[in-house]
Amino acid sequence: MNGDGRERLDIRIDDADRQGLTGTAPAALDRPLRDVEQVTIAPDWRPMDEQPAWRTDFPIDWPQDQYVERRDFMKFMVLTSLAFTAGQLWIAAENWWRRQRGGAGLVRLAALDDLTVGATRTFAYPSEQDPCVLVRTGEQSFVAYSQKCTHLSCAVLPRVAEGIIRCPCHEGLFDLASGRPVAGPPRRPLSRVLLEFRAGQIYAAGVEERTA
Amino acid sequence: MPKPDYLHFFIDPNRCIGCQACVQACTECDTHRGESMIHLEFLDRAESVQTVPVVCMHCEQPTCAEVCPADAIKRTGDGVVQSARKPRCIACGNCVMACPFGVPEVYEDRQIMMKCDMCYDRTSVGRKPMCATVCPSQALFFGTREQIEQLRPMSTPLNRFQFGRQTISTRVFMMMPAELVTRQPYLDVTAAMDERPRARAIALTLIADSDPFAGVEV
Repeated sequence: MNGDGRERLDIRIDDADRQGLTGTAPAALDRPLRDVEQVTIAPDWRPMDEQPAWRTDFPIDWPQDQYVERRDFMKFMVLTSLAFTAGQLWIAAENWWRRQRGGAGLVRLAALDDLTVGATRTFAYPSEQDPCVLVRTGEQSFVAYSQKCTHLSCAVLPRVAEGIIRCPCHEGLFDLASGRPVAGPPRRPLSRVLLEFRAGQIYAAGVEERTA
Repeated sequence: MPKPDYLHFFIDPNRCIGCQACVQACTECDTHRGESMIHLEFLDRAESVQTVPVVCMHCEQPTCAEVCPADAIKRTGDGVVQSARKPRCIACGNCVMACPFGVPEVYEDRQIMMKCDMCYDRTSVGRKPMCATVCPSQALFFGTREQIEQLRPMSTPLNRFQFGRQTISTRVFMMMPAELVTRQPYLDVTAAMDERPRARAIALTLIADSDPFAGVEV
């Protein structure tokens, strides 16, 4: 206390007796005094109960913005799991339906004699939007693959002499005999078209989708 | 970690000498290097050299956040209105139009609004904001209420502002003459805008009688 009745403060930072950060407040005051979760004051100064609902939906304050009610969290979990379950059922139904529908059936591609060894022929199977390529790799061996590269669906081109199928877009290479990727970005083998031979004719009999 | 509840920001525009130290200190900060978040405004440049530092007042009803269509302006639990969240801000400039104190600024080149956040990296660990540490005349003061009462016995901190029909209370205090505050516990900003300074005209009686430049040909 000084003569004028006002208390002089010692604001020296290195004072050993100082409390708090500025030397004036008790150390216990380090905590905020009021509930930090309740800081919102609406612009019209009325209590939050009288505010429109959107104000609680889009709060300005971080504590309210980050707050997730246990009930909301459970609701989210249940609905998400429900969506996943429904998705699985949908996939199962799709598979079942596809099996019921059967394959595309037999489609004649060419006569055996039309292709010499090393010759290729393009065709569409099972629909017009599925370009495929047929290759006679040997006297008795034929292979047919979908022409869609498994990387980004560019049209692949067989190089029979090198024993590969090449995708020109990103230099993806597939093995001609098996359709498996050997170089470049593709990671999955090409879809194989199953072939049947009847009376000197070549037929496409189905598509084998492969993932590995 | 929040800003300690017992530390407050006090602005005393009377003491501002316009030295720009706060602007320079703010510009050097790493969180927004090269841009000053504090504005040093001239009150009436034609009439006076008086300047006033403008920091974010950290309203308890932040109009900038109210008008933000992207929900980008948030306030932390300690009452500090933060700068716009980078992923959310669409640089529409609504906050710039809405802020009654003229604090936020949109940086068109970066498509973001940036404003004073009371140096949250410093105040949240109990340090003073940059501007308050460098202000030589202590027009910007950061400390406890007891300290400011001791240092400025003639003034009273005020944090209520009236803009037309909008009343705003802020977390940053403006130092006002104590007798004025007892008469009116808020500052009517819109009324003050029209008010002309009284008895401020300086009459130079030396040259009142004759124009000394009358004979000068231009």
